[in-house]
Amino acid sequence: MARKLLTYEKKNTWIDRLSGITKLVFFICWSVTSMMTYDTRVLVFMLVASLFLFKISKTEWRQVGSVFKFIIFFLILNVSAIFLFSPNQGEVIYGTRTVLCGSGRYTVTAEQLFYEMNIVLKYLTIVPSIFIFMVTTNPSELAASLNRMGIHYNVGYSIAIALRYIPDIQNDFTKIKNAQMARGIEMSKKGRLFERIKATTAIIFPLVFSSMNRIDTISTAMELRNFGRYKKRTWYMSRKLEKNDYAVIITMILFMIIALTITYIDGSRFYNPFI
Amino acid sequence: MDKKKFGIQQVVAAGIGTALFVVLTEVQIPLVIVPNTALQVRAALLGFLSAVYGPIVGCVVGLLGHALGDAFFYGGVWWSWVVPEGVVGLVIGLLAKYYNVREGEFGGKQIGIFNLVQVVANAVAWIVVAPVLDIVIYAEPANKVFAQGALAFLANVIITAILGTLLGVAYAKLIAKSSSLQKED
Repeated sequence: MARKLLTYEKKNTWIDRLSGITKLVFFICWSVTSMMTYDTRVLVFMLVASLFLFKISKTEWRQVGSVFKFIIFFLILNVSAIFLFSPNQGEVIYGTRTVLCGSGRYTVTAEQLFYEMNIVLKYLTIVPSIFIFMVTTNPSELAASLNRMGIHYNVGYSIAIALRYIPDIQNDFTKIKNAQMARGIEMSKKGRLFERIKATTAIIFPLVFSSMNRIDTISTAMELRNFGRYKKRTWYMSRKLEKNDYAVIITMILFMIIALTITYIDGSRFYNPFI
Repeated sequence: MDKKKFGIQQVVAAGIGTALFVVLTEVQIPLVIVPNTALQVRAALLGFLSAVYGPIVGCVVGLLGHALGDAFFYGGVWWSWVVPEGVVGLVIGLLAKYYNVREGEFGGKQIGIFNLVQVVANAVAWIVVAPVLDIVIYAEPANKVFAQGALAFLANVIITAILGTLLGVAYAKLIAKSSSLQKED
């Protein structure tokens, strides 16, 4: 079986009822802020807020659990890599050196720990917002709202097609893989590198070429229905922005401005508790 | 064939290509020599699709595919690694007419040019763009991100050179077969 992906599930919460565009704005503001800031206070606030939102969006652990374990794994890997490559990065950034233990190249300093804690926070603040975005946004509705925002419907359509066909192609992939394994092609991690590449081609080739046939079929069907003839389209899933949508969008933009002001007000994106 | 830059076929190819790219995120061939690195099969797919469908499709598949793939499988979007993927698609797609996969002529010379271009595209993306963005956005230590970038560059070049080229050759053969049929009067 293929790994479980984050997928949309209908839930009757107020977050679910927001328009796709509102959630996109939320997601973009949130990730931009979290990307720019290194201010511990802002990051902690964002983490607490996103956990709160996570709670009220009624997202369940079974929807996101397996993905979450992966993230933690990568996070640990990344943090250890930073320490391995550059155990003095904290001092460089904060300008002081408080030795906690050890000596030589891998001396553990308070600055380094604080810097790495900020990185962990940065990753963690993004995670709940992505989970919320992925599991509460209906793809078709998102394409419709993108078009409403003034983005050409070709773009909305590409995105909608991508989201619509991911499960289908994943299904094809599993079928082809099982068929090839039934024919005795070695898929395990045993074989040598070149043999593994050869085994992969046995799956990739049928998958890619059947998908390219799909491209031809779909584009012919769309051409027959005169796609692209007019400058505008109507959308079945289109939804008007409501009071809640405007409230969320305005709050998010304000939040971004305030958070970035707090971050940069002392001339540096880092919050320095060591001075 | 559609002559327009972003016709219906491009819209669909960008969509399906992205879906393929996302699905192939989980197909990785681990390298034995260096732990925790893997050849990303999707990198070869990106090179191939850009060569067939051109720069816009390549760029969209790279950007959207990487962002969605990360979000679906890992629950986080590393923007500093999303942008370079778009760069790879764009560069390989821009020079698509020099390797002519579409017309079914993917012989020795075209294979050479394709691989030259993909090495350059991957170098720009993973050795320049990705580490610089990592430093600007995440303030990560320079030596770490350049080491990671170099590793990604190497892995992507290898897989594209092998799998991307094979895909191109197989596709060119398919095209040649179907176009060598002649219509009877």
